[in-house]
Amino acid sequence: MKIRLDRTVCDGFGVCAKHAPGYFSLDDWGYASLIGDGTVAEQDHDPVMRALFDCPVHAITEIGDRKPDVVHPSPGSTDDPAENLKTESNEAQWGFTR
Amino acid sequence: MKTSQAAVITVATSPGCQPRLLGEQPGQAREDLAAYRGLGGYRPLPDADALLGEVESCGLVGRGGAAFPLAVKLRAVRDNGRVAAGTVVVANGEEGEPASIKDRWLLRNRPHLVLDGLRLAAAVVSADCAYVYVSDPESARSVEAALSELDSAPLRGITVSLLAVQPGYVAGEETAAVRKINGGPAKPTDKPPRPFEAGVGELPTLVSNVETLANLPYLQHYGSAAFRSQGTLLSPGTFLATITGAGRPPVLYELPHGLPFTELLALHGVSPDQVRGALMSGYFAGLLNQRVLESTLDHETMRRLGSGLGCGAISLITDDCPVAVAASVLAYFDRENAGQCGSCFNGTAAMAAVAGALRDGVATTEDLDRLRRWSVVLRGRGACATLDAATNVAASLLDQFPDEVAQHLDSGCQGCSRGAFRANRPYEAEAVRQA
Repeated sequence: MKIRLDRTVCDGFGVCAKHAPGYFSLDDWGYASLIGDGTVAEQDHDPVMRALFDCPVHAITEIGDRKPDVVHPSPGSTDDPAENLKTESNEAQWGFTR
Repeated sequence: MKTSQAAVITVATSPGCQPRLLGEQPGQAREDLAAYRGLGGYRPLPDADALLGEVESCGLVGRGGAAFPLAVKLRAVRDNGRVAAGTVVVANGEEGEPASIKDRWLLRNRPHLVLDGLRLAAAVVSADCAYVYVSDPESARSVEAALSELDSAPLRGITVSLLAVQPGYVAGEETAAVRKINGGPAKPTDKPPRPFEAGVGELPTLVSNVETLANLPYLQHYGSAAFRSQGTLLSPGTFLATITGAGRPPVLYELPHGLPFTELLALHGVSPDQVRGALMSGYFAGLLNQRVLESTLDHETMRRLGSGLGCGAISLITDDCPVAVAASVLAYFDRENAGQCGSCFNGTAAMAAVAGALRDGVATTEDLDRLRRWSVVLRGRGACATLDAATNVAASLLDQFPDEVAQHLDSGCQGCSRGAFRANRPYEAEAVRQA
């Protein structure tokens, strides 16, 4: 199972981090971010689903099998130092994608 | 140097640099279809896959700020489009970065170069629907005029639509562009999905900066080896650099990647002795101290310095206090963030408050500790990279200018007490124009 958290929807109730602290971290103001890429281990299914259902603003959704063929690019070969300039998962580190 | 009559932006190239983007006679007037065709534009494209191969060989990386390899993005959109039965291409010219002018210059002066690049990218990903996304009214008029000049032949069945939106820092983020085209507000969405997975109309979408696209006609004409004849191995080709600050009017340069920073200073008429540091990549990559003088202008070098070349906007800090500059930029983020993610609207407000207090000589050690912690833990906590930009500014201030920070904490800053640098849009290249 894979989940996504829409942080533009999160209202900082913090219920998710109470149910599944290994998957959701809260900032100083109580707003959540996902820990990891949203992939949920089999044994953690129940607490994460509880977080999903208990979120008062429905910021957490289950994703995954809808588009199995979608290609996710990763730039460059491993000996290319430019590869770390940007990937789809590290915008935090390397840029405002315009 | 020549001054563009339409927009009064001074443009120049470095000695020996063969301009590919500014054109041979930059800034004379808007280049019309006949003039662009006269330079060999809108060449027939018999084999789109071969062009993709050339994009791969030439190593072109995106010029919107993220420096993502264009070939990787093109291939992902093309391949995803085969599953989704369609793709869309968006030329992103909504230059929300106040210290940058390059995209507006291209759209105002060389709209056909951008449209040529757009139709080449559309051919590579097999898109029959394309958008030009802008906020600058003069850019919109220029693109509109260029589209009306075009008969359908060069576009070969590609429908190109122009969308002009209200300007804003976040409006140019790629998911904000997609959301706006889809009928929503011009504000970012959280990821996934990224536009290459599901974008305009849920179709795989290539959102590409207009300068990135403007490189494609040159590549098609001359090939990847010629493309690499300027620039470095990892940052091939030339790039557009908006240079602001140092008490001088902004200048738009086309420079080869890898040019020593000091050569840019010489070109700009600024002595290295005057330079205290620089604000890099518009407001995104934060501050560099005098170490910037040892740098070369390419992505790999800037990354090694813990900064970034990004969109090529560099603001030179000479007389201004770096603490006050950081405070102004953080205050800008506090005002201009999308107001969507709690970590961002709280985090930018909190960091701006501490930086402002530091500038005004009323911050405490505890405040600084909090700023340091936020600059680390808030990274990556927003749907777009606005919060990351703010953390970059805060972290780089503390890292690059520890003496100035300590001085503000202890005895205050003489310069700031005489009248601190305060700008709503620090080092703005041009006053914002509303549509």
